[in-house]
Amino acid sequence: MPDTHLPRRMTGNGEVIETSAPIGDEVKTTTCYMCACRCGIKVHLKDGRVRYIEGNPDHPVNRGVLCGKGSAGIMTHYSPARLRAPLKRVGPRGSGEFEEISWAEAMDIATGWLKAVRATSPEKLAFFTGRDQSQSLTGFWAAQFGTPNFAAHGGFCSVNMAAAGLYTIGGSFWEFGEPDWDHAKYFVMFGVAEDHDSNPIKMGLGKLKERGAKFVSVNPVRTGYSAIADEWVGIRPGTDGLLILALVHELLRTDRVDLDFLVRYTNAHWLVVKSAGGADDGLFARDADGRPLAWDRVAQAPRDAQSPELQPAIVGEVTLPDGRRAVPVFALMAERYLDAAYAPDAVAERCGVPAERIRRLAAEIAEVAFNQTITLDVPWTDSLGRRHETMVGRPVSFHAMRGISAHSNGFHTCRALHLLQMILGAIDVPGSWRYKSPFPRPIPPGPGPSGRGARPNTPLAGNILAFPHGPDDLLVNDDGSPIRIDKAFSWDAPLALHGMMHTVIGNAGAGDPYEIDTLFMFMANMAWNSAMNPGEIIRILTETKADGSYRIPHVIYADAYFSETVPYADLILPDTTYLERWDCISLLDRPIGSAHGPGDAIRQPVVQPDRDVRGFQEVLIELGARLGLPAFVKEDGSPRFKDYPDYIVNHQRMPGVGPLAGFRGAEGDKAGVGEPNPDQLKRYIENGCFWRHHLPADQLYFKHANKAYLEGSKAMGLIGKSDQIVLQMYSEPLQKFRLAAQGHGAKQPPDHLRARIATYCDPLPFWYAPLEQQQHDTAPYPLSAVTQRPMEHYHSWGAMNAWLRQIKGANRLYMNRATAQAMGLSQDDWVWVESRNGRVKGQLALMEGTNRDTVWTWNAIGKRRGAWRLDPSSPEANKGFLLNHVISEWLPAQAGPGRLANADPVTGQAAWYDLRVAVTKCTADEVPATDPMPATLREPPNMPPVPSLVREPGRAATTREDAR
Amino acid sequence: MTELPPPAAKKLGLVIDLDTCVGCQACATNCKEWNTGGHLGPLPDLNAFSAGAEGTWFNRVHSYEAGEGEDGRTVHFPRSCLHCETPACVTVCPTGASYKRAEDGIVLINTDSCIGCGLCAWACPYGARELDQDEGVMKKCTLCVDRIYNETIPEPQRQPACVITCPVGARHFGDLGDPDSKVSQLVAARGGYDLMPEMGYKPVNKYLPPRERPKAKAASLDEAQPTPLDIKNPLLRWLDRALSR
Amino acid sequence: MNPAPSIVFFTTASGAGYGLLLWLCVLRPLGLVPGGSGFGLVALGVATALVVAGLLSSTAHLGRPERAWRAFSQWRSSWLSREGVAAVATFVPMVLFGLSVLAGNGAAAALTGLLAAAGAAVTVWCTGMIYASLKPVRQWHHPLVPWGYMLFAGFSGAALLAALAGFWGQAAWPAALAAGLGAASFGFKRAYWAEIDAPPPAGTPTIETATGLGRIGATRPLDPPHTEQTWLLREMGFRVARKHSRKLRLLVLGGFGAAALVSLLAAFAGGPLAGLLLVVGAAAALGGLLVERWLMFAEATHTVTLFYTGEA
Ligand SMILES: Nc1nc2c(c(=O)[nH]1)N[C@H]1C(S)=C(S)[C@@H](COP(=O)(O)OP(=O)(O)OC[C@H]3O[C@@H](n4cnc5c(=O)[nH]c(N)nc54)[C@H](O)[C@@H]3O)O[C@H]1N2
Ligand SMILES: Nc1nc2c(c(=O)[nH]1)N[C@H]1C(S)=C(S)[C@@H](COP(=O)(O)OP(=O)(O)OC[C@H]3O[C@@H](n4cnc5c(=O)[nH]c(N)nc54)[C@H](O)[C@@H]3O)O[C@H]1N2
Ligand code: SF4
Ligand code: SF4
Ligand code: SF4
Ligand code: SF4
Ligand code: SF4
Ligand SMILES: [Mo]
Repeated sequence: MPDTHLPRRMTGNGEVIETSAPIGDEVKTTTCYMCACRCGIKVHLKDGRVRYIEGNPDHPVNRGVLCGKGSAGIMTHYSPARLRAPLKRVGPRGSGEFEEISWAEAMDIATGWLKAVRATSPEKLAFFTGRDQSQSLTGFWAAQFGTPNFAAHGGFCSVNMAAAGLYTIGGSFWEFGEPDWDHAKYFVMFGVAEDHDSNPIKMGLGKLKERGAKFVSVNPVRTGYSAIADEWVGIRPGTDGLLILALVHELLRTDRVDLDFLVRYTNAHWLVVKSAGGADDGLFARDADGRPLAWDRVAQAPRDAQSPELQPAIVGEVTLPDGRRAVPVFALMAERYLDAAYAPDAVAERCGVPAERIRRLAAEIAEVAFNQTITLDVPWTDSLGRRHETMVGRPVSFHAMRGISAHSNGFHTCRALHLLQMILGAIDVPGSWRYKSPFPRPIPPGPGPSGRGARPNTPLAGNILAFPHGPDDLLVNDDGSPIRIDKAFSWDAPLALHGMMHTVIGNAGAGDPYEIDTLFMFMANMAWNSAMNPGEIIRILTETKADGSYRIPHVIYADAYFSETVPYADLILPDTTYLERWDCISLLDRPIGSAHGPGDAIRQPVVQPDRDVRGFQEVLIELGARLGLPAFVKEDGSPRFKDYPDYIVNHQRMPGVGPLAGFRGAEGDKAGVGEPNPDQLKRYIENGCFWRHHLPADQLYFKHANKAYLEGSKAMGLIGKSDQIVLQMYSEPLQKFRLAAQGHGAKQPPDHLRARIATYCDPLPFWYAPLEQQQHDTAPYPLSAVTQRPMEHYHSWGAMNAWLRQIKGANRLYMNRATAQAMGLSQDDWVWVESRNGRVKGQLALMEGTNRDTVWTWNAIGKRRGAWRLDPSSPEANKGFLLNHVISEWLPAQAGPGRLANADPVTGQAAWYDLRVAVTKCTADEVPATDPMPATLREPPNMPPVPSLVREPGRAATTREDAR
Repeated sequence: MTELPPPAAKKLGLVIDLDTCVGCQACATNCKEWNTGGHLGPLPDLNAFSAGAEGTWFNRVHSYEAGEGEDGRTVHFPRSCLHCETPACVTVCPTGASYKRAEDGIVLINTDSCIGCGLCAWACPYGARELDQDEGVMKKCTLCVDRIYNETIPEPQRQPACVITCPVGARHFGDLGDPDSKVSQLVAARGGYDLMPEMGYKPVNKYLPPRERPKAKAASLDEAQPTPLDIKNPLLRWLDRALSR
Repeated sequence: MNPAPSIVFFTTASGAGYGLLLWLCVLRPLGLVPGGSGFGLVALGVATALVVAGLLSSTAHLGRPERAWRAFSQWRSSWLSREGVAAVATFVPMVLFGLSVLAGNGAAAALTGLLAAAGAAVTVWCTGMIYASLKPVRQWHHPLVPWGYMLFAGFSGAALLAALAGFWGQAAWPAALAAGLGAASFGFKRAYWAEIDAPPPAGTPTIETATGLGRIGATRPLDPPHTEQTWLLREMGFRVARKHSRKLRLLVLGGFGAAALVSLLAAFAGGPLAGLLLVVGAAAALGGLLVERWLMFAEATHTVTLFYTGEA
């Protein structure tokens, strides 16, 4: 370019500055994977290296912004911890002695092990994936293999939110719903530090701030989002259910309830049979066609609850024509929460939130919901075919994540929150929380989970992870024992929708319910931060039987980096980095839809790997073909798919429905359903690697009862029926489990679980003390201990990133200053954090913005020595500490047969945040370094040297002398 | 030139909203990423994978607590060069490497003439200057001079990297010399302030304070609109409620 | 502030060298030091050696020593540049002075000597002003600071001159001068410490003004932007522990006091004893000064630490 072209260059003090230097010589779009948020990125390449990654301004998820992790993606992509080639273990497990092998050999080994399992007892393969965005493929593969033992990480992540939402409102917090950032006037956030909606939440909070909406954060800790909240409610962990139900109490007590919304959109008026001791007790009264009934006040007779002419009664006990007594759901609900036990004064002490504050919050919420309604002049038609001229909204919005869900009472707490939303009439209305397409879905969606009757060399039909409607859908044997290795969908955890990855290794180690042959994991650091109690996981992975063979005979692991889990596998299948592979962020799994419409995305390789690594999906498809899984081979037994892109484009789950919903059909003009389009990936790339469908204005709200939306959604294959989705304030499936516990029906829980099922499968939300705390003497452990995600680290992968580890190379234990003073502790003291399960050493930091009875730390900053190719001197391994060492995966009470997971009794969600600890000062002679400190890991062979100086990302380190 | 140019009308700078900053570090890492390949790049990282890891960064995000107990606040606080109007970092420089541009007020370093004496860093009250210990020269925020005028970048993105990347929109860029500019108006409306005004460096960058929280007055729903609570069974009040679907 | 050894040595050595030069050139025409060319050349040689060693050592502090020559250009605004220019300029009269002494031309020596003395004074003043002009360092940005540099250069220079004159057995005047300046330095340093130890005056930056969060209330750092040390913190965050500082201050005062005392004794004693005492005195003065210079850094705080520790 011509030098004369000003102002490309400008001068200052004799200096010439190239102000218009092109960023790079090439730019490619793809999807970020520095976390699971799925932002769109533009990757600028220069001389074949990644020069700059920026947010894609056109992308619906992030609209050009990029978070702290995403902006450091270069350094992860070029991390020296990247695995180089397939590895075969040659020393004892955990020794880290590996040899590099070829992919051909690696595939032969894996195929050999898996073929043998599949030919004998396919359930002896446990296939679990962690930070996964390709469950539509992995789950399908597992079903084709024929093992019921498949899940991703959701069971230890946030299944409480998913299950509570999907069984209550047909959508959920987590990443399947979002506040109406453009209209909400009052926003309450419970227990969120980062969320899967990392950038969208940040962008949304920015919008709220711009509009001056009130933002309340309920969180024991005041950092991050809570720091910018207009009001911080420093609640005591595990008590949100009480706070929420006290708000419900106040609203009911003062009749601030949107009854019209309730009878139109929820089951508030449905009649519940009252027949104490009867097999139908607590079930809905239904007509001959199975349609739920309500009581018509005018006709004084039962009537189809969904009939448009119905004038429903919402209180009062009635007698049905068949003589049974019944009450509307609303009456049961109101009666429960009007009880003094839920009054603000009754809960204040326990929550650590004064009663007058709870009353004020209720008043503020009611004021906004009922006196500051907003009206959009958008006509729409409801599922009953009635046209409404406007969309009226109650602009109160809620969001919640693991602060609620990572407790053993999280399912009910989250249901309580949905109940609060319902009585306010604040679900998918302008200003409220909204569904992200493809949600809402029927409650509960689809058939129950498959997994019964696994047979050699036979695929399982249906989805392994699905939705039980009652005891008949459980995956249990005739004696009530679990079919799955993790005991998901058993009486231990009937609604364990996402499996229970946290129990797999423990159960396999104990042979309970049976032993397994092969543990196949992908993208999960199970021997460290995703384990509750990593020491025990490591013990089991290295345990041998009397004959010297390993308790778990084969472990296959697909990681991209040298994580703490790598040394514990027998076969390592090295993955690419996120910039080197194809990926599919599918509507069949965790798409990028928003309240504005469904969408999905892809990743395309923007650079080619310089190592002998392969994208895991690619490997899985080849394994499928080698194993002869029917969907992965043609009739003649040859591979059905050439590679992963071929699968993405040509695989059809149902006719016309494939991994990607956009640009389908021969012309690429079909959305959702349509024949495969050979040019589909090209079209995605041209479109910035994403596709989205914009809903017209009249479909943007009331999606659960919006005729046009539901019909469109059905046409696009997102839902099977276009019927109204009636929000389930009262959950009948839960009552069915309870009835079983009371002795009704053929499927019966084992006796030791009867009382538990009867108690916790309550059809209406309630609060109970976290199970772990109910079951051990908490007096010696006066403090709750929780963790938070730091915004700039993603679990354990940040440490190998030369930039991110500078920001946080070690974590502290944070404690309220007053609490510390009372305990004689000061800033920087080294302390022991002790629980019923053990102790861990860390260094103290004091702050004001922490609940006085709570200590906390950043999650997964502490690293095992030697891992991630960090020098053993690194602060991550010496000053950083992993709280997981003191968390137990099992509940304390072991009465009767079978230990129970430290988890929610309904969903199996791991109860990370139920932990109680004591904190004591280390003595002067104790070394100021963390403890436990497991042995230094030995790195895989032939890893490249670790540069001590990084100058230009991706270029071998040079000093300026070398560079000259 | 080490002497300051005469005060110019144009004062490009940043406005940082402490009421919205969530401390996500995006501005810090994106700044590092942009600049390591940009005008003053590379920005080296020493001991990158061991103890003592330290690199050259132009933007660092602190967090503070101000005030006591529940009334206190946690505040995230990004810190970078403020492109001061009367910056001693420039006047102390013995080589002329440090200079303030006459046309837009950006304070820059010519690393080709810098001797790495460190004096300018001593003279900066804000800690904005960091020595590139590998190259032996001083570096600091350039206000992304190679982005904001860059004609190869689409117009809307000709903003500092830290600004376009900030997910909450807590960072604003513009001409603080123009009282009508968006940034100036924001400063006026929100009471934007200078850091350490007593130093007399007259920073161009401004910080918007955390908004004051209205004292929440105790209220309950009863006061707002008394409800008939005299009924023994509160459920009964819904008995005759006419509702239609 | 981090007491970089090269800078500690530089300011001590060049200060002493310039002080020595100054007193040599001032006292010689007055006949208060040995008048022969031998003494003149030796003293000048020592002064030059100290100055050159100091200047060379200062380049060790530079990231790019090979570019040091660039530092002379900004004399219009930069005290560091001015110091460089003054230092180089002073070499001209220094050389001429040396030649005049060698040639035994008294008038020329007096004239060039006075010019060299002026150059020395200006250079030392510039050195002092480098520090005194730095507002972010409260302990440096103080009116006493450049005077301190002048005084200590004069003191150490006088002590050296006296020690050298001792070998010629004519040290009474310089010894008396060293004694006087030593006593003054003793008092001056105490006064300076009293100033910096006093509660900082109103208007001194605090974490509240640094962050502007004082409007909310007392402010404390919660999380730092990085968990490991950086150049910036090593450079600006270094601070000597209070109990060490107390001991080191005593050492400084001890050095100054001892130098003053022995110089006084020597001024009266005369003879070889005086020569010996004055060598001891010069050593004490220089030793005390090295510690003083180290403390000058180590006791100085930079406003940037407000952002990290809340204190400066
Ligand atoms: N104390 C405590 N523990 C917790 C939590 C908590 O809040 N507190 N949270 C829990 C929750 S919700 C979760 S989801 C888990 C998360 O825990 P994990 O699922 O273990 O997450 P990561 O640490 O990110 O580990 C994922 C693994 O994926 C690897 N990886 C990264 N990128 C790629 C890639 O592109 N391909 C492949 N194949 N591998 C890759 C990484 O190297 C790493 O080994 O942690 C749980 N653990
Ligand atoms: N930067 C970053 N982003 C991430 C991740 C990451 O590792 N890093 N991980 C991703 C994953 S896998 C997940 S699951 C999501 C999780 O996203 P979040 O749900 O935001 O996860 P946590 O960090 O566990 O945050 C839990 C919050 O709840 C608070 N809390 C704890 N107990 C209670 C309680 O009883 N009540 C209330 N009200 N609050 C409580 C904690 O103080 C903390 O602020 O984040 C995702 N996004
Ligand atoms: S939130 Fe950040 S890390 Fe996650 S996908 Fe988006 S840019 Fe990447
Ligand atoms: S990017 Fe924005 S929100 Fe994040 S730390 Fe920087 S200013 Fe704050
Ligand atoms: S912030 Fe510091 S470096 Fe930037 S102009 Fe002001 S004084 Fe100079
Ligand atoms: S370090 Fe460089 S820019 Fe700074 S004062 Fe010295 S020469 Fe000037
Ligand atoms: S303006 Fe540019 S150089 Fe300055 S802090 Fe922002 S991104 Fe960094
Ligand atoms: Mo998670």
